[in-house]
Amino acid sequence: MSKMLEVKNLKVAVDDVEILKGIDLEIGRGEVHVLMGPNGAGKSTLARTIMADPQFEEVEGNIYFEGENINEFSTDERAKLGIFLTFQNPLEVAGISVEDFLRTTKMELTGEDISVLKFKRELQGHMQDLDLDQVYAERYLNVGFSGGEKKKGEILQMSVLNPDLVMLDEPDSGLDVDAVRIVSETVADFLSDKNKSCLIITHHSVILESVKPDFAHILIDGKIVKRGGPELIERVNDEGYNWIREELGMEKVHDEVLD
Amino acid sequence: MANLRSNLTSDHNIKQLDTDHKVRQLNTDRNVKRLDTERILAEKAAEREALKESRRKERAEKLKERTYVEELDRGVYDIKNPNTYEIMLEKGLNEEIVREISSIKNEPDWMLEKRLAALKIYREMKNPNWGPDLSELNMDEIATYIRPKAQMESNWQEVPDEIRRTFELLGIPEAELDYLSGVGAQYDSEVVYHNVKDYLALQGVIYTDFDSAVVEYPEIIQEYFGTCLKPNLHRYSALHYAVWSGGSYVYVPEGVHVDIPLQSYFRMNAPGAGQFEHTLIIVEKGGSLHFIEGCSAPRYNTINLHAGGVELFVKEGAKLRYSTIENWSRNMYNLNSKRAIVEKDGVIEWISGSFGSRVSMLYPASILIGEGARSEFTGITFAGAGQTLDTGAQVVHKAPHTYSTVETKSISKGGGKAIYRSLVQVDEGAYGCKSNTDCQSLMLDAQSRGDTIPTIILKNDDVDFGHEAKIGRIDDQAIFYLMSRGLSEEEAKAMIVRGFAEPVAKELPLEYAVEMNELINLELKGAIG
Repeated sequence: MSKMLEVKNLKVAVDDVEILKGIDLEIGRGEVHVLMGPNGAGKSTLARTIMADPQFEEVEGNIYFEGENINEFSTDERAKLGIFLTFQNPLEVAGISVEDFLRTTKMELTGEDISVLKFKRELQGHMQDLDLDQVYAERYLNVGFSGGEKKKGEILQMSVLNPDLVMLDEPDSGLDVDAVRIVSETVADFLSDKNKSCLIITHHSVILESVKPDFAHILIDGKIVKRGGPELIERVNDEGYNWIREELGMEKVHDEVLD
Repeated sequence: MANLRSNLTSDHNIKQLDTDHKVRQLNTDRNVKRLDTERILAEKAAEREALKESRRKERAEKLKERTYVEELDRGVYDIKNPNTYEIMLEKGLNEEIVREISSIKNEPDWMLEKRLAALKIYREMKNPNWGPDLSELNMDEIATYIRPKAQMESNWQEVPDEIRRTFELLGIPEAELDYLSGVGAQYDSEVVYHNVKDYLALQGVIYTDFDSAVVEYPEIIQEYFGTCLKPNLHRYSALHYAVWSGGSYVYVPEGVHVDIPLQSYFRMNAPGAGQFEHTLIIVEKGGSLHFIEGCSAPRYNTINLHAGGVELFVKEGAKLRYSTIENWSRNMYNLNSKRAIVEKDGVIEWISGSFGSRVSMLYPASILIGEGARSEFTGITFAGAGQTLDTGAQVVHKAPHTYSTVETKSISKGGGKAIYRSLVQVDEGAYGCKSNTDCQSLMLDAQSRGDTIPTIILKNDDVDFGHEAKIGRIDDQAIFYLMSRGLSEEEAKAMIVRGFAEPVAKELPLEYAVEMNELINLELKGAIG
């Protein structure tokens, strides 16, 4: 039985500068993985490359989804396979409301017609879970949204589009305490379906308390340098990354900001 | 000091007008008094539905057939009919041809004299020394007058099959039934259909083809014709006055509100020809009107020319909205001239969508002569491969406390050029004026060009003036974002472009907004890959 996602020896460059230097990662169905590491280590690059962001050049390596090599798959094809990425800074698209956008994309992903009314009800349910106001659905996608509204919007999209593999790129950064709690609960609820898998990038422990990752991967300088379970997360949260650097004989970094 | 704000950021703070909502509201709410009985209407409605359905299917089929070969196949817009005409004057331009047009039309002498005077001006003037290259346009190769084998009718069934069919596929008779209060349809040089709802005629509203107006309303035509848009404005307005044919005349009496739009549609079928329709609209004190103009033509390998003339007179406290959706084929030189004179507290609103043509030079002008007069211009231009669309707006503030806004969106792709060119002038005595311009260009690839060339002349210090311009390329990260939600690259781009165009689309009646989106989607096909 193949893993849901397999990344093998992935090397990625931007303008000839290598950012990811041979990543191996396996995510099985129902598993939750957390990707941790200092700023600039390449965490977002990995998630975005799995989503085929054209700004990153795949130099070497392979990506498999459900056993199929998807190296040549475009972003939308990967989305249709069930891969989803929340953006740290979602882009503003004027002229289309959140509701119309999500209904259009949902129909695109499922290939089915969805009635306006049925969709409206479903969307409103998800919006209530995220404590979003009713008018949110009528606003243009991300246009004039606050930081919190954008972040919640990404989670709303995840809930509505119902992907199999969700990659959450700092879904909790910049949120107030209440919002972190709401987002954490929504994600945890989504992942209670054991057919879903998750790769979460975060600097904070709060969301991890709800989401409860099974595995942790520490990414430093473009390489996964350490893997482990919940105990590893705890240690990183307490001590940062220097003890890992020390283990590996790397130079320590002082005053590291962990957000 | 003039309050001069000018920056290159995107935030457009122009007050969004809620007038379109009002118009829409009126369209739906108003219980239009019809002279026909309910029963006949119901019977006809069933018939119409069946007909509409079959048309819709046919239209959808045609739209589906579009492919991108060397140039876009423009589907329904590209339908060509055999070129059979009652009269087609020889190509070229001389006094004899001008006299012949006048004599075919049985015109009064004063009109012939105006034509000949304009011809003289045309000969003395040169092409503008700025803007797109017009050297390819050779008047010796253009037939200025082509009369289709048809009379003007007020019943579509009387219009010859082939011509009627063209308009049916363009959706005109349907639109008339559904959301217009009057329609004029011009085919090459002559108007083949004209009709206005009886209830408007009863209120004194006149909507007729311009040729008939010359005969039926000679005093008023003589008084207004050529006074707003003058023959000596530029070479092609002179040409227009020498060979004009067809067009529309609208008269809205004092205090009358025409709450459902009137539409004139101009279709060119003949290759190597020119269309020179004249549109003259007078909205008397306190009246209001929404006039829609549509244009299209099939594609040929020869150059065609469109040099229409539009003269709008907006009297005290009157309001006129003039909307245009232009989809000329890529062999067309569109050198149209439009001008409005706006009196005290009057309002002119221009809505302009330019999609077609090889070369366009189009800068509708508002001359604000009365205190408190307003001009609001909203325009979108989409230039694809091989197109140079030089469009914009002009406003001249001649009176105090006049107000103008210009909001434009230009899109270019496949090497097309979309140039925004404008003039805003505030005269010496026109104190306390306010003017705001916001023009944005979106380039879909590296080959395309978007430029903004604004001219600003402020002759007094008491002006609140704002100008914002933004030129940008489509954001790859925005496309990636939308694609990550399952949309194809084409759909993602179309969504972004539609969003960019939305401020214009929402100014249009719903059906035209749909049409505009369809045109955008059509233009984007072939933009990808």
